[in-house]
Amino acid sequence: MSELLISITPNNWLLDPLTHDFMRRALMVSALVGSVCGLLSCYMTLKGWALMGDAVSHAVMPGVVVAYALGLPFSLGAFVFGVGSVALIGFVKQKSRIKEDTVIGLVFTGFFALGIVLVSKIKSNIDLMQILFGSPLGISRSDVNQTLIISFIVILILLIFRKDLMLYCFDAKHARSIGINTGILHYLLLTLLSLSAVVGLQTVGIILVVAMLITPGATAYLLTDRFDRMTILAVISSSFSSVLGVYISYWSDIETGGSIVLVQTLIFLIAFLFAPRYGIFKNQSLINND
Amino acid sequence: MNPIFKSHEKDFMRIEAEQVCVDYNGTVALYDASLNLKAGSICGLVGMNGAGKSTFFKALMGFIRPSRGKIRINGIKVNQAQKEQTVAYVPQNEGIDYSFPVSVWDVVMMGRYGSMNIFRIPRESDKRAVLHALERVDLLDLRERPIGSLSGGQRKRAFLARAIAQRASVLLLDEPFSGVDVPTEKLMAELFLQFRQEGHTILISTHDLNHVRDFCDFVVLINKTVLAYGKTSEVFTSENIQKTFGGTPPNPLSGPQSNKDFVNE
Repeated sequence: MSELLISITPNNWLLDPLTHDFMRRALMVSALVGSVCGLLSCYMTLKGWALMGDAVSHAVMPGVVVAYALGLPFSLGAFVFGVGSVALIGFVKQKSRIKEDTVIGLVFTGFFALGIVLVSKIKSNIDLMQILFGSPLGISRSDVNQTLIISFIVILILLIFRKDLMLYCFDAKHARSIGINTGILHYLLLTLLSLSAVVGLQTVGIILVVAMLITPGATAYLLTDRFDRMTILAVISSSFSSVLGVYISYWSDIETGGSIVLVQTLIFLIAFLFAPRYGIFKNQSLINND
Repeated sequence: MNPIFKSHEKDFMRIEAEQVCVDYNGTVALYDASLNLKAGSICGLVGMNGAGKSTFFKALMGFIRPSRGKIRINGIKVNQAQKEQTVAYVPQNEGIDYSFPVSVWDVVMMGRYGSMNIFRIPRESDKRAVLHALERVDLLDLRERPIGSLSGGQRKRAFLARAIAQRASVLLLDEPFSGVDVPTEKLMAELFLQFRQEGHTILISTHDLNHVRDFCDFVVLINKTVLAYGKTSEVFTSENIQKTFGGTPPNPLSGPQSNKDFVNE
């Protein structure tokens, strides 16, 4: 091991892992998932849906378990429960006097608990740790295919409706007043959230997937005043963190999900401190000149 | 200079509201509110906070469905009128997230979305409309600035420009004069008169009585229902104003009206 460490140069630090099939797969999936979640995270942070992201990502847990038990694609189960939780949150909020954040917390912990109970009850080869913490290094071919398909769908929808969704986040009233159906946009965004949570839990697991859905957007938000630039920055920082996280995880033998999210958090921290306009140590001359 | 609207007949009704009732979970917010506004007129909607002004506005915009009554914009249903870009809404400053990463140009371009295809890619004509709208509100120089960096008056002008860019024939403005500086107020008052000349119909919600006297042709006094409606010179009497702003509403349906709403908001 010590011989190995000594022989590592930056070059083979990058290239060695690529000789393994599972690592190529892990890196590709992580980069893709990072892009998808990074893109969506812009809408989540601007709309103020961080808690909703947390809720949906936890609520998919029983869906994943049931799907595995029935031999269905896990993404299908996760999607059903993700959308179901959102519908339930809306229903309880409408039919009771309880405030929204309470309803969200209540519903998602209920779903999550159901998932944990199901895992312990259904005797199968489901690995709880894999669901909770993700395992991009051990991702199977069929899971890769599912991730590819879902990612493609999410990116396509986000590209087509990016302006409408941006307008919906900024000024839903105006969107309505020019004849745009904001109800559809609302549920479209929630559906995209469920789908992104599904792909996100592949790499970082259910517990940390909310980080994928908010941190890149928050980082990019500190760096620019333009929406298009924000989405580009979020995608870059998110996929970069994912790839770097996988590398670090490979070389240091640490949990991949944790490593990816830590890199993301570090990048956020750098932006928080040094963003030219909105950082703690902002560039005064830049602000005075404006 | 603006496009010619469908009808230029003097008596063409742009806004028709017939005995509109709105209630929220059984609480009556507005009842029997009727209103007819011709093309090329400016109408002030006056009432206390909580008197149903914004409820009436929302009903006219199609944001809430009246429990009774009928609303027509340019002779067609509200949601149809919205699809045809007939109605533009200028929000109060408070309802907007000003840290949103959009420039002034982006905001005004949002007025064109309804006329674009699904991808919302601006055509030359959309860009010209935005440019023209920015010129009219005197914000052309600031078009690249983030919306959050503008002053209160400039923000208001940006949203007014968005309504201009939309080229709607009916403009609904929610408290347009609240929190704006004097130059902006002057500019907006001038613009409103130009809009009237061009055949627009403008409905302004306000609690500033001076603005009503200055340039509203018509006035609607509202307190849970339309108390009085007509030409400003005839309706805007001290007696009616007293009725609008003082004491209890004239109908027991809505329950006793206290000054609580006024203080709270």
